[in-house]
Amino acid sequence: MAAATRGGAERYFTRWYKPDVKGRPCEDFCVLQHSNRRVICVITLAEAHPLLQSGKTIKSINYQISANCSRLQNKVSGKSKRVWLFAQFLTELAPLCRISSTDGEEYTIYSCIRGRLIEVNENILSNPTILQEKPSTEGYIAVVLPKFEESKSVTQGLLTQKEYEEVLLKRLNSSS
Amino acid sequence: MSSLTEKDRPIVQLLLNAGTCPRCILRFCSVGSQMLYRHPYKDLMKVLKEFLKNNPEKEDTVCFDVVDPPCKRIRLEHPEEGPEDLNHNGALQQNPQVNDENTAVEDSAVKVCNVCLGILQEFCEADFVKKVCQKVNSADYQFTSFVFSVSLPPQLSVRERAAWLVLKQEMRNLGLSLSKDDIVQLKEAYKWIIHPQLSEELGVPADGKVLFEVSVVFAHPETDEECHFLATACPDCFKPAKNKQSVFTRMAVIKALEKIKEEDFLKHFPCPPSSPKNLCVALEIQCNNGAVFVAGRYNKYSRNLPQTPWIIDGERKLESSVEELISEHLMTEFRADSFNFSSSGREDVDVRTLGNGRPFAIELVNPRRIHFTAEEMKGLQQTINTSSDKIQVRDLQLVTREAIGRMKEGEEEKTKTYSALIWTDKAIQKEDIAFLDDIKELKLDQKTPLRVLHRRPLAVRCRIIHTMRSEYIDEHHFRLHLKTQAGTYIKEFVHGDFGRTKPNIGSLLNRTADILELDVESVDVDWPPTL
Repeated sequence: MAAATRGGAERYFTRWYKPDVKGRPCEDFCVLQHSNRRVICVITLAEAHPLLQSGKTIKSINYQISANCSRLQNKVSGKSKRVWLFAQFLTELAPLCRISSTDGEEYTIYSCIRGRLIEVNENILSNPTILQEKPSTEGYIAVVLPKFEESKSVTQGLLTQKEYEEVLLKRLNSSS
Repeated sequence: MSSLTEKDRPIVQLLLNAGTCPRCILRFCSVGSQMLYRHPYKDLMKVLKEFLKNNPEKEDTVCFDVVDPPCKRIRLEHPEEGPEDLNHNGALQQNPQVNDENTAVEDSAVKVCNVCLGILQEFCEADFVKKVCQKVNSADYQFTSFVFSVSLPPQLSVRERAAWLVLKQEMRNLGLSLSKDDIVQLKEAYKWIIHPQLSEELGVPADGKVLFEVSVVFAHPETDEECHFLATACPDCFKPAKNKQSVFTRMAVIKALEKIKEEDFLKHFPCPPSSPKNLCVALEIQCNNGAVFVAGRYNKYSRNLPQTPWIIDGERKLESSVEELISEHLMTEFRADSFNFSSSGREDVDVRTLGNGRPFAIELVNPRRIHFTAEEMKGLQQTINTSSDKIQVRDLQLVTREAIGRMKEGEEEKTKTYSALIWTDKAIQKEDIAFLDDIKELKLDQKTPLRVLHRRPLAVRCRIIHTMRSEYIDEHHFRLHLKTQAGTYIKEFVHGDFGRTKPNIGSLLNRTADILELDVESVDVDWPPTL
């Protein structure tokens, strides 16, 4: 469980956690926050998430979260610096996608932070196993850019690595 | 030799009575000989008065052969003294001078011209020339020729129009013609008179193409409101100003004068214009040299040096920068106001630039010194190189502004070569990486890296890795030399950037890879010329 120094693309990211989102047990998310001034955040599944447990097979991933809203149709093209204004704005509990597994379960992936949606990972649509094999890198869900003014407060509702490990410890103790 | 003829008589008469100075009168008579304007004020006045006295029936040509040299000082007497003595903000003031009693002049008091407000009077004289040259010399610029530019208060255009309208009317009444096109422009006449004097005093010629500019701004606060009637007559010519500056700019006033109907003008403005109490004031005398450009190539040996100063919230995050280390000495030697640094691409803080170095160009703004021999430039290069071990420069030379284009060309089109130290999570053997050497023209699709997404738009870039050469180090490390298309993100090619750069070293080797060190081995641009 102790995180070794991670090499690769995640090196410059700090990990923050949101456990038991919407009261659903063990549906934990991990937000990777970049060390740059304007923090880019990558939304991923935490290792404890049911979808990442052995035996789970993903049936489908759907970015169409309602009749009017598809996360795939996010307007972020163009050369203007203000292009982010047209991107979809997310609040903490905004759904990013819905994933169903072969055993009939359905899971909703939430943004966990406030900000503009930059992109959702289309690689997992064509290759869902990546989500399970490399949830913290190639299997990421989405990239979100918080508002400049909220850069410092964006992680306020999230747990640090240490705090999250305590949550995991509690779970372990309560289940025994 | 130019001359005044009979048809000029009514012009001279009317303007002289109205309080117009002799040189302005010559302008309205379309006298095109520059020499004539340089004659002393007194002499011109005398000649004009004599012209008027002479019998109109005789064939009249006025001869302008006068004995006095052109630089003789003329004194104007100010009817009002006092306010002009005050010198609040460096405004150039003319000292009130008493008329020399020994000079037998008919009129001891000379009125300020009602058209040029003194520009073609006091401001053509040696005193003013001296003041300008003093300012230029004390600013200590290096120059071989100069451009003298003058900013005149907009109400001069209004007064010029008023004088012309009244003349036009008078000439029409007399059945004579008056062509607007032949009238000499005030600025032109002014330069005819003052350029030779400035040239002589500064010891260099005036040259319209040159970059060293001496500029003077004139103002006449007493009559500033004279333009205001134009705003009611042509309101759309006067847009609200961005700064707190007056909306009555020269351009706006000229535009309004073109639009306004003659009748409207005559209704609102006295024709001929009234005589002002005071002369114009010279507000500022400024010097400015055109920018010079210094180019070269730099090497960067530090892994802790940004290219430009890294300052966040007013706090400097890392000491110094490539541009400061190079520009500091140039700024001192060229004595410039500021600089603009640009280069053919950039490298990150933690990346070294080896080999021939990266081309750069520095624009030095308003330099006091502009001439440097090749030897001196070499010396400058030496100074920069001994002052820091973090960077080194070569091929330091002066270049033209146009040459900068070649450098920017290189940024988009030319190739770069790199050396990367790579780590892998799972063990590798020599055989595992050998195949990389055989891959040619590898096409990459790179989404905008996460680390720059906050300042670059999201896009996919297609880039090519032309060749690679691997050097095995141990089970978890190897060095990779690559030759790539300009604009390729090397770090992202190695670690994959969350799968957003495809293919990447990780995907090629089926492992997790990371980049520990990156060096630029060469920037393949053949500019600036090697010295």
